[in-house]
Amino acid sequence: MIDRKVAYGLAVVVLLLAPHFVYPLFLMNVLCFALFACSFNLLIGFAGLVSFGHAAFFGGAGYIAGYVLATLHWPFALGIVAGIVTGASMGLGFGLLAARRNGIYFSMITLALAQMIYFVFLQAPFTGGEDGLQGIPRGTLAGLDLTNDMTFYYVVLAITSLGYALMLRVVHSPFGQVLLAIRENEARAVSLGYDVTRHKLLAFVLSTSLAGLAGATKAVSVGTQTLTDAHWAMSGLVILMVLIGGMGTYFGPVIGALVIVALESKLGDFGNLLAETTHVDWFRQIGVSVTMVTGLIFVVCVLTFRRGIVGSMLALSRKAGGQGARQHG
Amino acid sequence: MEIFGYPAQAVLSQLVIGLVNGSFYAMLSLGLAIIFGLLNVINLSHGALYMLGAFATWMGLDYLGLSYWAMLILAPLIVGLIGVVIEKTMLRWLYKLDHLYGLLLMIGLASFLEGLLQSFYGASGVSYSAPDALNGAADLGFMVLPVYQAWVVAVSLVVCFATWYAIERTRLGSYLRAGTENPRLVEAFGINVPRLITLTYAFGVGLAGLAGVLAAPTVQVSPQMGSNLIVVVFAVVVIGGLSSIVGAIVTGLVLGVAEALVSLFYPQASATVVFVIMAIVLVLRPAGLFGKER
Repeated sequence: MIDRKVAYGLAVVVLLLAPHFVYPLFLMNVLCFALFACSFNLLIGFAGLVSFGHAAFFGGAGYIAGYVLATLHWPFALGIVAGIVTGASMGLGFGLLAARRNGIYFSMITLALAQMIYFVFLQAPFTGGEDGLQGIPRGTLAGLDLTNDMTFYYVVLAITSLGYALMLRVVHSPFGQVLLAIRENEARAVSLGYDVTRHKLLAFVLSTSLAGLAGATKAVSVGTQTLTDAHWAMSGLVILMVLIGGMGTYFGPVIGALVIVALESKLGDFGNLLAETTHVDWFRQIGVSVTMVTGLIFVVCVLTFRRGIVGSMLALSRKAGGQGARQHG
Repeated sequence: MEIFGYPAQAVLSQLVIGLVNGSFYAMLSLGLAIIFGLLNVINLSHGALYMLGAFATWMGLDYLGLSYWAMLILAPLIVGLIGVVIEKTMLRWLYKLDHLYGLLLMIGLASFLEGLLQSFYGASGVSYSAPDALNGAADLGFMVLPVYQAWVVAVSLVVCFATWYAIERTRLGSYLRAGTENPRLVEAFGINVPRLITLTYAFGVGLAGLAGVLAAPTVQVSPQMGSNLIVVVFAVVVIGGLSSIVGAIVTGLVLGVAEALVSLFYPQASATVVFVIMAIVLVLRPAGLFGKER
């Protein structure tokens, strides 16, 4: 298949030119979710930890960043930093309680804690409850006016690329290798002398910081922050993104995010199209009931397509001579 | 008469509400615990199947004119049958793989079922009223007790006790318990373990279906009714001990009451109290109050 450098080069070109062809807000949405999915993949694909409450960090950082930008009038850069710090500190809090456990108990703790956070956000006055936090300003960055969607797209692209690069750096480091060892056989990693709990905690905090970065950036790009982003259904959605893209691959979560975000926005049109061609009115409901389609895709993927898009592509390229790609998963 | 500064009537009726909620928690977590014990799968679609039970009850009346009493028997059977189909066609393939995939399948299934029903009936759902025999309230002197609430608690207690008895005291139950500990050895003894697994799953979700029938007259029958409940039921199962029958029943009832009482004295915390307890239990005793570390 294609050489990896060529593929990356192509991706860079596409990303740079995209906003001239596709609605920039849609692209920014994809990028933020891609970063969110990558952060989740860091935990599930490389450390083997399933966090059921990742939406808490995504939504939480969005709320805090939105609050400091809208109400405290902090500059844009500080708002983003606030988002990262929120993700990191929440991650530290959750991690201290959860890191010692593994498997299903780890997931359960993260779910419980995320639910608590959700209800806190539901009731806290500053979040606006069910209405959400409105009017988050874009501000300026180093003299650039960010209210221009085009300009802001490139800023978001820069931010998410940095996040992605950080993820790659972590995975390719000795620390990342230990994470892989923990995923494969935690008991053996312990017997080899690694402080497994500390590694898991650090991986968790890194992941939640990236999730926080994604959440804060998304909040600013959209201008509002709602409870949906902190609900556990969002945690489920990010799992689906990673699953579809390919767990444990590098670029998989990005593809997964693209597929899901595109699906959610285009499903209504697709449903109407089906309704017109088949004269079955029920198809119009598909657009309203996105969860039905995502659920179906989930089921089909888990049963037949566990490697995901990128995972399957890698497996194919390996069969065709194993040229280039030496990625895991 | 006053208790803690609140009128006795209010506290007692809140207590009954807590018992009603607790009954639902108990029945649903009982199903989850049974399924987890034998299949090692966290049945995240339990909420959706409970919702199907409620919808089946409504459909039975609306499309076929079947009464509540008929659906009380039929709905659990229908949901159980759906469970058999799920287990045989989908779950079966995932036992060899990492637990994660079973979990993900269940998440997907729950989404799909909810979305499917939402596309037909809308997000607000339908309403169903209790049969006349169970309407109204009884005046007990110190409080007024709605008949339907008493009925729900009574049925749940009977069903939970019967299930516990079946599992702990009968031969079939002993096969189930043995299968939970060592399925291969049980199979070596000649017991059809795959069929036991299928039946166990069907029974577990049948319990959810029964809970759905009981719930239909009390809550709005909507596609989301399951997912609103399932996360709390989860917490209950974890607190009680993931595969403990007794743990599920006792914890369900206690937490239902606790939640109701907290909502009376300190409403803001009522939604989170279960999760706070869960977090505490997980840190101090991760196997759950009645569970054994696996």
